[in-house]
Amino acid sequence: MNRIIEKEHFSENVVKLVVEAPEVARARKPGHFVIVRCGQGGERIPLTIADADPTKGTVTLVVQAVGLSTRKICDLNAGDTLTDLVGPLGRATDIALRDGTVVCCGGGVGVAPLLPIIKAMKEAGNRVVSVLAARNKDLIILEDEVRRYSDEVIIMTDDGSAGHKGLVTAGVEEVIKRENVAEVVAIGPAVMMKFVALLTKQYQIPTIVSLNTIMVDGTGMCGACRVKVGGKTRFVCVDGPEFDAHQVDFDEMIMRMKAYN
Amino acid sequence: MTNKDIQDRDAAWRQDLRKALTAKERADIPRVSMPMLDGAYRITCNEEVNQGLSFEQATLEATRCLDCPNPTCVEGCPVGIHIPDFIKNIQRGDLKAAATILKSTSALPAVCGRVCPQEKQCESRCIYNKMKKEPVAIGYLERFAADAEIERGETAADNKREGNGIRVAVAGSGPAGLSFAGEMARRGFEVDVFEALHEIGGVLKYGIPEFRLPNSVVDAELDSLRKAGVRFHTDTIIGKTLSYDDLLNQGFKGIFVASGAGLPRFMNIPGENYCGVLSSNEYLTRINLMGAGKAGHDTPAPTGRCVAVIGGGNTAMDSVRTARRMGAERAIIIYRRSEAEMPARREEIEHAKQEGVEFMTLANPVEYLADDKGRVRAVRVQRMELGEPDASGRRRPVAIPGAIDEIAIDLAIVSVGVSPNPLIPDNIAGLDVTERGTIAVDDTHRSSIPTIYAGGDIVRGGATVILAMGDGRQAAAAMAEKLLSDANL
Repeated sequence: MNRIIEKEHFSENVVKLVVEAPEVARARKPGHFVIVRCGQGGERIPLTIADADPTKGTVTLVVQAVGLSTRKICDLNAGDTLTDLVGPLGRATDIALRDGTVVCCGGGVGVAPLLPIIKAMKEAGNRVVSVLAARNKDLIILEDEVRRYSDEVIIMTDDGSAGHKGLVTAGVEEVIKRENVAEVVAIGPAVMMKFVALLTKQYQIPTIVSLNTIMVDGTGMCGACRVKVGGKTRFVCVDGPEFDAHQVDFDEMIMRMKAYN
Repeated sequence: MTNKDIQDRDAAWRQDLRKALTAKERADIPRVSMPMLDGAYRITCNEEVNQGLSFEQATLEATRCLDCPNPTCVEGCPVGIHIPDFIKNIQRGDLKAAATILKSTSALPAVCGRVCPQEKQCESRCIYNKMKKEPVAIGYLERFAADAEIERGETAADNKREGNGIRVAVAGSGPAGLSFAGEMARRGFEVDVFEALHEIGGVLKYGIPEFRLPNSVVDAELDSLRKAGVRFHTDTIIGKTLSYDDLLNQGFKGIFVASGAGLPRFMNIPGENYCGVLSSNEYLTRINLMGAGKAGHDTPAPTGRCVAVIGGGNTAMDSVRTARRMGAERAIIIYRRSEAEMPARREEIEHAKQEGVEFMTLANPVEYLADDKGRVRAVRVQRMELGEPDASGRRRPVAIPGAIDEIAIDLAIVSVGVSPNPLIPDNIAGLDVTERGTIAVDDTHRSSIPTIYAGGDIVRGGATVILAMGDGRQAAAAMAEKLLSDANL
């Protein structure tokens, strides 16, 4: 059982939860995720870690209500408990000083797992340009935190209500055209990652995506999260969640994410 | 009565039992049949198929045992259960003594009595086989004595020992980990078991279905371990949540890794990633551990009207029989060899047939076909014939050129084996692994890191509950000896 210390609404369907999990808070690194269960009959849901405080023993989760289980989690309040929280899972992000700008682009709640990567990339000495994208102004999350660790932030919205009007790819391409980009990290909806990957492939810029497939155990046991990378089937939970974007079969991944719809 | 009396073959009571009937009279008693639920009824529910022996059936079956002076059955048991000793106690009606004897070598007799392949182990070595008679039903009797103990709500007194204060950690709460934990607790060690999932029991909970091994039975065995002092921690992954150094810092002197078989294997054939094609691990975990399809449980259940299960092992049988219970009109085992080569227990194959499962043998999937939404709609199978024996001694299946059939299905469950779970090998530096990804151990189950021992599927790659338990037992003996001698220095 893990107690929720703090809750904040980012928007109607997106909440931030600060949860007691001292061991996970100590052990986690950028790129890791957790599995959470809400209620005795609850589903095991993978969630990314937006932040952690090893001293306080807390991790910060950002959850978007997209189905029954995520809705249940979003409806919890400070003082309530998550039935289970296990992690940190997955492989950590490869953080290093790159030979050029690191572009971190996040779509929707994908900004949450991106934040620790932005922070770590900056701390490793990189020039970090962050591109945040959402349908509209209200769905841009964690902007202040991202600004704190980025050299520059570009905001893209579908309706132009904040930053530039346009898709995330336009923001990324703008940076690629004007400076030497060594790496792109893209986290967000599968379709968004697919188009970022198509764009950066044209420019042959190494690109990392973090995949959020269906999982059950999250520890390499069930294979529900499998995805084709470079023609080979890989498991997101233990081989990922980050992969070379140019090798990921996004169409198959998008199809598989609808398996239980 | 001391352990010596209940296990002494020369004790007066036992001599009397042997004298009461001649060997011929005992051998003439027919082997007991396990009472079981009707096949048509059981696919409507999840109730345990085998109902267990009555007291009368059990004592009569126990009478059949010839109480051999050199019992070969014991040699067939991976944990060396004192078989004639417990059986003769059943015969005289001392079920408590029978349970005590079982618990002295096995932490989970109620589990083993249900899922061990006795026909390949103890029962295959029964003297009756040489006499062209059916072996004593050792497994049924083991279950009988263990269940009787659970019903009485007692724990074998033998489990309680004075503590030695030495802490040991176990990674994984499946059969290997539980067996190890029981053995170490019995020897007075302080045992903490860490489980990655939210439930204790490993494969006994997520894998083996309720109709073959009820959760209540597993829970009773776990309670017994708790009473013996074993502490359990869910949601904790060794190598992730707690590192090897964390464990050492917490004062653990020895670690037993029993993290089990992880990654499900697939066949790498076209269409295998379509929706509706899943591993048996995923299918069984969703239904057994997560309660998919049951009221009050949120996890979606994969269902199909026509379900193909690929493979011929026990996990394949568990999956196909589960599919029938989940409402599949057709549930088909597709296996590339013939029925005689199937690794599954004979009993599971028979039970599956009674439940209306179809067997398509000498058939090997080569491709899955899907509808326009990417949902599987058919499997194409290559028909096979048996050729020369291969490395496993079984006749090798050879494709019949051009003989390919298409079978309409809406769910496929791939049950062709597992690879070791990579989490611990990947996250503990200096731990030697084999080419297959299993943890390398010596004959005392010790790994390349002297404080770490390992056993079960993380070492074997994919075996049975009882072999895993045997590993746990042997590793416990070796680690206990090492830690106690270190403590005495």
